[in-house]
Amino acid sequence: MTKRPAFSNLMKAVSDGHFVFTGELEPKKILNLDEIINSAKAMKKTGRIVAANVTDGPQGDAYMSSMVPSYMVQEKANIEAVWQVTIRDRNRVALFGDVIAGAVLGLKNILTLTGDHTALGDHKKGRPVYDIDSTQFAEMLSMMIDDGTDYEGNEIQGGKIEMNFGCVANPNSDPREPEILKVGRKVEQGIDFIQTQTAFDIDQAKEFLKELEQFNIPVLLGLFPLKSHGIAWYFDNFIPGVSVPKDLLKSLKTAEKENKGNKPGKYAAIDKINLEFFKPFIEEIKKTTKAAGIHCMAVEYERLFAPLLGGFPEYVK
Amino acid sequence: MIITQLKDLNQIYDLIKPYNKILITGCDGCCQPPRSLNEAKVLGQLLELKSRTENKDLKWKAITVLRQCDDRIAATTCRPYIEEFDAILTLACGLGVVMMNKVLPEILTFPAQNSMFGGVQNTGENNFIEYCETCGDCIIGETGGVCPRAGCAKHLSNGPCGGMVEGMCEVGGYTIPCAWVRIWARLKEFNRLDLFKKYRGPRDFRTSTSHGYMTIYKDYTNIKEEKEGKE
Repeated sequence: MTKRPAFSNLMKAVSDGHFVFTGELEPKKILNLDEIINSAKAMKKTGRIVAANVTDGPQGDAYMSSMVPSYMVQEKANIEAVWQVTIRDRNRVALFGDVIAGAVLGLKNILTLTGDHTALGDHKKGRPVYDIDSTQFAEMLSMMIDDGTDYEGNEIQGGKIEMNFGCVANPNSDPREPEILKVGRKVEQGIDFIQTQTAFDIDQAKEFLKELEQFNIPVLLGLFPLKSHGIAWYFDNFIPGVSVPKDLLKSLKTAEKENKGNKPGKYAAIDKINLEFFKPFIEEIKKTTKAAGIHCMAVEYERLFAPLLGGFPEYVK
Repeated sequence: MIITQLKDLNQIYDLIKPYNKILITGCDGCCQPPRSLNEAKVLGQLLELKSRTENKDLKWKAITVLRQCDDRIAATTCRPYIEEFDAILTLACGLGVVMMNKVLPEILTFPAQNSMFGGVQNTGENNFIEYCETCGDCIIGETGGVCPRAGCAKHLSNGPCGGMVEGMCEVGGYTIPCAWVRIWARLKEFNRLDLFKKYRGPRDFRTSTSHGYMTIYKDYTNIKEEKEGKE
């Protein structure tokens, strides 16, 4: 682990030894933030979700940028944001500018990402930037936090920025060895935590966590509760390397079919399937691995929080 | 080789529409697929047919040039013809188009092609691969002979990005091998994963985003040493 102080509630909770949860919010092509703020409030209410990731143009789509929603979530829902920043759309000058602006807004966590290629998004003809890569971005953030300088060593007036930052690792990467070696490079550049892409296969997840243990960095395993069969199907088909277990897909489809026209019944049936799959999953991870927690990507699926996290100790004030 | 692709015929026709007599120049240089005299003739015939559909009578002549990017060759080959023609349409890569405009300033030369990249033919397959993007900062020595700048859709210096499935890249629907997986496999084969693990700092883009001028030093080795100050 880095010797950097825990500036964020997320890192404080991890260093206090809590098994932590983070949530995920997705600002979309939309002019208001009501939906994500309500979702963030529901996260806060659980007492178990310490911070919420705010995504930055996932799947390469042109969505609202993540800085302002991160700030709004902290202000209005009183829950800390994990501000996701991709290097797809900004060069080193813009990244630096955004990070110090985010620091002034009181953002405390950054998740560094490469970002899905523009060719996969809804502006396929656009030119992706990729000036520096996410490992170099980690080096830049370390300089901003530890030395109080920009990437060229020029001093930031007012001192060092107080933030913690993490990177992503993908348990579905195939082959896996280069992925692990890449995480090693990022650890060298001073990351504080790792959040993983979503896992559905418990054995694969445990193996992956075991391989990440060598870095002695807190890891939050990514899980994606499936709000509907459509989302599960999309995940299975369109998210790189992710395959949703066939049984899970099938039972979601059956639940939706059997409860056609009966919304509460359908919700109850889907929630039950998710709880039966993910609750033992989380318990197993907590019991048998050194994972620091779970990154629960239940986007717009806040009603699942209370029953899913109910059995775990409350630690967020 | 410079890999090129013919523009859409309508697009080419729109470029030469205002002219009645055009010289079509093939190029015998490194342009791939080949764009020589035969290709120039075929293009001329197609444009002539197209012009007839618009009740025009396009006059054209096809020749070929050994290398259009060579100023002397381009000038001496084409100069005897230019008085007879209103414009030149070239099948060379971008270098040839610019050179023709430079050495024959009294006539406009139009491109019939898009220049794609510096690459080679994929042996046994019906495609070309980009091998080099002439970035001015070669790191292939550290990556087992595979270029992550030309070969990685995200141009990563410290890849892979993690989006590969069975070693294939998410960009292009898992049909193209991930450059960083190829680098890893190659370095592993030679027991040189130390090179893979190495962190590579941010790239200096001045090598590829300046005005595109490089001073040639007297000894042609381009080693700067004490000459730095005189630039």
